[in-house]
Amino acid sequence: MAMSQIKEVPAAPVATEIESAVSVKNISKNYGAVEALRDMSLEFPRGQLTSLLGPSGCGKTTLLKIIAGLLEPTSGEVIVNGKTVTGPGPNRAFVFQDFALLPWATVMKNVAFGLEMRGVGTSEREDIAAKYIKEVGLSGFEQSYPHELSGGMRQRVGLARALSVDADVLLMDEPFSAVDEQTRRKFQEDLLNLVQNENKTFIFVTHSIEEAVYVSDQIAILLPRPSRVSEIIRPSSFRNKGVENIRRDSEYLDIVDDIWSSLRTYVE
Amino acid sequence: MHLYGYRLPGMSSLLVWALLWEIVGRADLTFFVPPLSEVMATLFEIIGTAAFQKALAETAYAFFAGVFFAVVIGIVVGILMGKNRLLDELLLPWVNVFLSAPLTALVPVLMVLFGFGMKSIIITTSLFAVWIIILNSRAGVKQINRSLVEMAHSFGASPMEAFFKIYFWAALPEILGGVRIGIIRAVKGVIIGQLLISIVGFGALFELYSANFLMGHFWAVLLVLFALAFTISEFLAYLERRVSYYAAKR
Repeated sequence: MAMSQIKEVPAAPVATEIESAVSVKNISKNYGAVEALRDMSLEFPRGQLTSLLGPSGCGKTTLLKIIAGLLEPTSGEVIVNGKTVTGPGPNRAFVFQDFALLPWATVMKNVAFGLEMRGVGTSEREDIAAKYIKEVGLSGFEQSYPHELSGGMRQRVGLARALSVDADVLLMDEPFSAVDEQTRRKFQEDLLNLVQNENKTFIFVTHSIEEAVYVSDQIAILLPRPSRVSEIIRPSSFRNKGVENIRRDSEYLDIVDDIWSSLRTYVE
Repeated sequence: MHLYGYRLPGMSSLLVWALLWEIVGRADLTFFVPPLSEVMATLFEIIGTAAFQKALAETAYAFFAGVFFAVVIGIVVGILMGKNRLLDELLLPWVNVFLSAPLTALVPVLMVLFGFGMKSIIITTSLFAVWIIILNSRAGVKQINRSLVEMAHSFGASPMEAFFKIYFWAALPEILGGVRIGIIRAVKGVIIGQLLISIVGFGALFELYSANFLMGHFWAVLLVLFALAFTISEFLAYLERRVSYYAAKR
């Protein structure tokens, strides 16, 4: 990830003017008698980061996996770039909570794995992989194995793998929950730069309110039993004030408080 | 191991047993155990003979052919059983039955089905080895991290790609363990096959030597067999150690 700080960026256009990269239309998902999702609809604006936030059991990971094509909805449809999702496709890449790295393969082979599955030749995919390994700051670790890396570095490998296939939509399932607090903060800053610099749509599942407010252009609050979108929040004022100022911005603090007060009744 | 501060090289214990063997042999307690030195002398005497080399070639052929089929069939069936619930339910009882069944008792049936030749010996060898390879490959796949499978799927891996690039590698430590034990069982299988089906190879030599009370010869052939099995098993143990770095971290 580019390590430069965000400075002086023109204000982002308002939500309504941006077309959706991903549309979720009336999705329901049942596991036998258990209703995981009921009639859920949601729009994900292109080039922005949308968080799915909610208490555990609200179906946020289920929704993400349906968008990824890893799970099939019981009813309803997901539309990505105008096409209905029938399974995993090259326009989406997934970043896993537990990294999902091949423990027998080097960083280079892991990052190139997505390209390998798409039939890219060895030398070409290693060139592309090397570029993204450098971009996530892992130069020099190309021939290391995952068990030789720290948790944060492993997730950088997972991120490089997802970026290297150059998908329009990046699906991130609690990507920073398995790394330590300081690494997580660094990741969040890097993620903001990534959203700024790569013209990609990010869908980000998290259970951390602060994280969601910090990184998101749009936050969808999901509530459980039955799972539904209760609220969509679009922070407006602090996004372009620079990464170091966000956490003391008054709008940031207000939104964090508001979300907590609406979620607290659902937390045991 | 360390003894009085000296580091003992690997397999030092064999020296102790070799010495004991020599003493028992020299004491002339039983004709069944000639001194080790005499066995070794016999070994070098017979190892160059045409009869021994023919036996070795026949045994090696049956052994490697049997192991080859056991490994290929065992790994593929084991992985498929680990992946597919239905197949698993269908086949697992049979695998368990055959794993513990006295396969020697089945050999006459094989003779009826496949004749008295090399084919039956190879099948016997495979039958001894294949079940543990199936069970271990299956166990290797069962413990696979689900998100690796999802990851491969999300990047568009075909079922074949997932099989060779995810399942096989993820199960490799268990597969190698299964192959190692399977090969040790195959050594038993090939000799039993040669003894029961048609008297060829090392089986024929064992038959010949024991019937004529040539215990030196008998032990010499047994030592060769042991050395071969031990070498192959150690080689596989080495491969297992090569992949053990990720066995605990999948």
